[in-house]
Amino acid sequence: MQPKVSSMSSPSFPTKMHIEPHSSGAANTPTSKEAKMRAANLNFFYGSFQALYDIDLEIQANRITALIGPSGCGKSTFLRTLNRINETIRGTRYTGEVLLDGVDVKSQDVTALRRRVGMVFQKSNPFPKTIFDNIAYGPKVNGMTSKQDLEVTVEKSLRRAALWEEVKDKLQKPASALSGGQQQRLCIARAMAVDPEVLLLDEPCSALDPIATLKIEELLFSIKDQTTIVIVTHNMQQAARVADNTGFFMLGKLVEFDRTEMIFRNPSKKETEDYVTGRFG
Amino acid sequence: MASSAKSTSFTAVRKSVQMGDEAARLVTLVFAGGILLITLLVVAVLWDHSSLALYKFGFHFFTSQNWDPNSDEFGALPFVYGTLMTSFLALLIAVPLGVGAAIFLAELAPPKISSILTFLVELLAAVPSVIYGLLAIFTLVPFMRDTVEPALQSTLGFLPFFQGQIFGVGYLTAGVILAIMTFPFIISISREALLAVPREQREAALALGATQWESTFDIVLPNARLGIIGSIFLGLARALGETMAVTMVIGNDPSIKASLFAPGYTIAAVIANEFAEASGNLHLSALVALSFVLFLLTMVINGAARLMIMATSRKGA
Repeated sequence: MQPKVSSMSSPSFPTKMHIEPHSSGAANTPTSKEAKMRAANLNFFYGSFQALYDIDLEIQANRITALIGPSGCGKSTFLRTLNRINETIRGTRYTGEVLLDGVDVKSQDVTALRRRVGMVFQKSNPFPKTIFDNIAYGPKVNGMTSKQDLEVTVEKSLRRAALWEEVKDKLQKPASALSGGQQQRLCIARAMAVDPEVLLLDEPCSALDPIATLKIEELLFSIKDQTTIVIVTHNMQQAARVADNTGFFMLGKLVEFDRTEMIFRNPSKKETEDYVTGRFG
Repeated sequence: MASSAKSTSFTAVRKSVQMGDEAARLVTLVFAGGILLITLLVVAVLWDHSSLALYKFGFHFFTSQNWDPNSDEFGALPFVYGTLMTSFLALLIAVPLGVGAAIFLAELAPPKISSILTFLVELLAAVPSVIYGLLAIFTLVPFMRDTVEPALQSTLGFLPFFQGQIFGVGYLTAGVILAIMTFPFIISISREALLAVPREQREAALALGATQWESTFDIVLPNARLGIIGSIFLGLARALGETMAVTMVIGNDPSIKASLFAPGYTIAAVIANEFAEASGNLHLSALVALSFVLFLLTMVINGAARLMIMATSRKGA
């Protein structure tokens, strides 16, 4: 029995927002009106250290947005403001606005926000639980109780993460028994299990071999018609391969943000060109 | 050898370095061997000095409730019972309090408050037990006698544990002072275990829409469970072997009673009380046999802890 993968709404999440299907015609520029998320005048501070300066950036719905730049440039910090996970670090604050569907994320209930804006981390971080319980955890904390619903959701999420065939016979085994690449796909499946509208990925492939990386990139392509994706990556080829739009960060500033092919073929800023051609970074 | 002068000198250097490795290996091996030697010595000495009593009473020593030095009758059961019961009571009180306090210190408290409290907890862990004993005699015993035990008797008096005469000294009071003494250990080690849980585990739970409490309870605690179990068994080891404070409040009566208000005795307390003025060789030997029992108890409990940790780590992740 295969549950309908394309069905977006699951009965337990009645607050689910409907995602506009994007017009696949003309190439959208990053400034089109379909912004799923948007940062405006964003300044971010760790204590007295300013990590981000005046970031203005729009994340288009159902597109993959890549954020690139040298280490410490603020791209991960930016990503982590989108689901307010930075708040868990003491002494952080920001000025400016981060909007989800036009609504300030600060004004929203943080658990509801994070349900809508999921996250996958640099190092795969499965819980010390079984494979099944890893995936079922998100739906459970969001109020899904029926065993049958959970089973359907777990299977659906694992299928979306292209992991079902590999793990369907060992759902009750500890997640730590999986390989590194499988663990990271498990973490993506776990994030997908609560039907997020936006999925944030913080260097998800940095610890993976090329084949595992390729699988994750394919996975991103397969879910982007349902989910808006933002990926931070060190790997410029990865950004070039997967992203529709790319932003280049340096020293806490957004140097350039454009369609990916423009960033890599015809950047308008000298710093961007130096970075993408490997002259530094 | 077909090597040049330069490379021979290198070989010589390599040789001496390798000898250094060998020496270090031997020295550390001797130190490690010392552990085994001490354990064996403990067993041998205890066995040797307790053989008189064990030979005379045989297995009956462990099942007899009769401890009467005047008529040379010695049975270990009241002391084993008292030791296990007071330690059990101590853990019953200290584990929820200690783990709860550790969660507060590691997860919730602002860093300043957390570091001050942690410092105090570590100070408490270092207070000599005789001081806890004095505290118990002057404040805990009257408090138990006049407030806590009458309250328990009037509310839960239908249970056999809370019936009978109230003395102030007894199993329950000893359990409470042991709880006070073990809980700094449980807090301190559980806190370390909680702090060692990777930040990504918390963030993964929060990023799914879990609340802070859900993330702590569902994810952080299971991650830290080995450290927390370890802290509990360390606390138990302290409770089992604690001598001074317990001797001061247990009541020193070698008999088994259902009531937790009744005075009792523990292995460590009877050894401390009677060893110096033992009435004869058999009495002395019986006391050593008791300490042998305590040694075995701690061994068995530590072994059980190991098994439990192995079992949970295989089942979990």
